[in-house]
Amino acid sequence: MSEESPAQRPISSLADMKEYRGIFSWIASVDHKQIGIMYIVSAFVFFIVGVGLAIAMRIQLMEPHAHFMSPETYNQLFTMHGTTMVFLMAMPLLFGVSVYFVPLMIGARDMAFPRLNALGFWLYFFGALMIYFSFMAGGAPNAGWFSYAPLTEKAYSSHPGLDYWALSLLVMGAGSVATGINLIVTVLTMRTSGMTLTRAPLFVWMTFFNSFLVILALPALNAALVMILADRQLNAHFFSPAHGGSALLWQNYFWLFGHPEVYILILPAFGVISEVIPVFSRKMIYGYDFLAASTVAIVFLSYAVWMHHMFATGLSYLVLYVFAGSSMLIAVPTGIKIFNWIATMWGGSIRFTTAMLFATAFLIQFTIGGLSGVAFAAIPIDWQLTDSYFVVAHIHYVLLGGTLFAMFAGIYYWFPKVTGRLLSEKIGRLNFWLMVIGFNGTFFGMHWLGAAGMPRRAYTFLDRPPLTTLHLVSSLFSFVLAFAILVFIWNVVRSLRNGAVAGNNPWDAWTLEWTTTSPPPVENFEATPPARGWRPFWDFRKKEETDHD
Amino acid sequence: MIERNKLGMILFLLSESVFFLLLILAYAFYHTSGELGTKAAHALNVIQSGIFSVALFSSSFTLWQADRCLKDGERARVRFWLAATVGLGLIFLVGQGIEYARLLRDQITISRNLFGTTFFTLTGFHGLHVAVGLALLMILFGLSARKNGSEPSPVAMGSISLYWHFVDGVWVVIFSIVYLWGFI
Ligand code: HEM
Ligand SMILES: [Cu+2]
Repeated sequence: MSEESPAQRPISSLADMKEYRGIFSWIASVDHKQIGIMYIVSAFVFFIVGVGLAIAMRIQLMEPHAHFMSPETYNQLFTMHGTTMVFLMAMPLLFGVSVYFVPLMIGARDMAFPRLNALGFWLYFFGALMIYFSFMAGGAPNAGWFSYAPLTEKAYSSHPGLDYWALSLLVMGAGSVATGINLIVTVLTMRTSGMTLTRAPLFVWMTFFNSFLVILALPALNAALVMILADRQLNAHFFSPAHGGSALLWQNYFWLFGHPEVYILILPAFGVISEVIPVFSRKMIYGYDFLAASTVAIVFLSYAVWMHHMFATGLSYLVLYVFAGSSMLIAVPTGIKIFNWIATMWGGSIRFTTAMLFATAFLIQFTIGGLSGVAFAAIPIDWQLTDSYFVVAHIHYVLLGGTLFAMFAGIYYWFPKVTGRLLSEKIGRLNFWLMVIGFNGTFFGMHWLGAAGMPRRAYTFLDRPPLTTLHLVSSLFSFVLAFAILVFIWNVVRSLRNGAVAGNNPWDAWTLEWTTTSPPPVENFEATPPARGWRPFWDFRKKEETDHD
Repeated sequence: MIERNKLGMILFLLSESVFFLLLILAYAFYHTSGELGTKAAHALNVIQSGIFSVALFSSSFTLWQADRCLKDGERARVRFWLAATVGLGLIFLVGQGIEYARLLRDQITISRNLFGTTFFTLTGFHGLHVAVGLALLMILFGLSARKNGSEPSPVAMGSISLYWHFVDGVWVVIFSIVYLWGFI
């Protein structure tokens, strides 16, 4: 079980795993590792598609009055871009990493319900295919990623794109709930002996809390989707004001799901950061209890802030103040986390591997995104900037500069465990710097664009001084960003072929997944590893230094 | 530690309660914002549906008995109580069918007005849950009725019971709001 024991299996890459040979071994698999890999790979494919859509939009916006595409096409592109990035890229990426690593980190053989796990993946997969099928079935959805009523009613949007949108999200939503349940039960019932909940790695904690958000927020979306489908397919009137229905009801229901959703997208990223930073700072995480407990606060508060997306809809002052207050409050537990991560790095002997670089950039960029979020919680600022490019900047600082950068940190950190090969650090650095430059170049100026009055979701703009230059700069940098992704793909392909063999524990890390081979055998561990402290693997090797109880 | 299948079921029901809560809130929202209440009082047959609802409520009791007998190892009684549960559930669904048929004859459909929209969506999804529950109960019954001495595992029985009691409980809320509120 330890790395000293002679390797009985000379396995050093995924290709050596005879259990994983042939397409059928994947399609029929209930192995959490294969399912995790399928999630991650599919998410990445859709990521490329989403980036492609974004680049097309940036080409259209490179100069004023451009005719690269029609306004109708532009509507479809931002809708499909937003929907793809949130539901087809970010969520499955997080689920993939979670179902792959949670069982390994708690010393389990698999998830609590392996077949339910497979069901969750395939629901996502076919749901994702279904929404892209809409391009061939009369046009893609075009009402934005939150599809406001009554634009989404049949009377205003008669082509079938929105039906595909709603059905596909419903199918994927069911899959997400299944996976959320599975993760919670796994964490509660499958931990190895000695691993009390208070010794579970923070990634496990974050996934655990996150799964509660999933199972309690997705049904809100599902209910709203069922209602919009009833409206469109059966001529019901939930959201059609012409028949007494309420368009605002949709907004309430969508954001009752939507705000917890943005935390669903960020909590697992917090988990990744909480693993990567201590390992590369060679220090224990600072404030384990605070990091875990502040997450509980986030989970509860995230259900109490949804109306900050609706400040411009004519709410009463009482409602405005309550939701502005709760929205500012939620910045507190988030700030605590940032503080803990910085405190962990403080005085540590930091190794700036590519993973650590991404984690550091995450801290800075996520803070910027968080600050523009707090700005929006101030009602007058929201009234001024809502639906402008300031929002586009905010979204991307949180989701791209935040979540995605954290996931890249996770990918550089865990790729050796999953595939048996190290990613090249040299190409990794190139990947990182291109991405930082491309990302900030594309999106930082958008704060200014928004303040200068550029509305979001507009297919073109007037030739006015700040707008023209800022759009051009943004578009040019977006090409750098896209190029950074290509560099990453190159790194992956190259490393899979002939990357350095990773060995069990290339980073000298502390959690249980590093005790087994890379890639792990089908049964994960040859013997169930016990846990005695916060850093089980460390304790295992240095019994006299157990750093807990 | 709680058994993992039951834990999974409890979490699933937690998720389902949010789903139903929002459908119920939509009904309540339109009830208070229009003259939905009077329409409901006009259209619905409270006495008849009340009787069918009693069938559903008592099926929770019979299933509880089945669960208890399974623990005591009384196989014949398990079969009896399960059959009773399935029968009562079927009666409820038939009752719902009768109610629907009458409404549709009176031209009250999902697209007629907001009452139809909210009523059929809410009760339709509940009916769907009853139907799924019945299928599960029939599987349990099939297991208990086989000659080879097989019987439903206590875990399966326990998890499905949780589901059934939940569906029952949801109906208590729906019945109170949809059928009784209109008369206040
Ligand atoms: C190469 C990277 C990316 C570029 C160049 C890009 C660019 C854009 C552009 C131009 C828009 C539309 C602005 C408008 O007209 O309103 C947009 C919207 C959006 N993007 Fe991105 N984006 C990128 C990556 C991402 C990622 C990684 C995510 C999420 C994880 C994301 C989430 C969204 C969302 C939610 C919207 C709003 C869609 C809507 O208005 O309905 N984007 N992005
Ligand atoms: Cu929000």
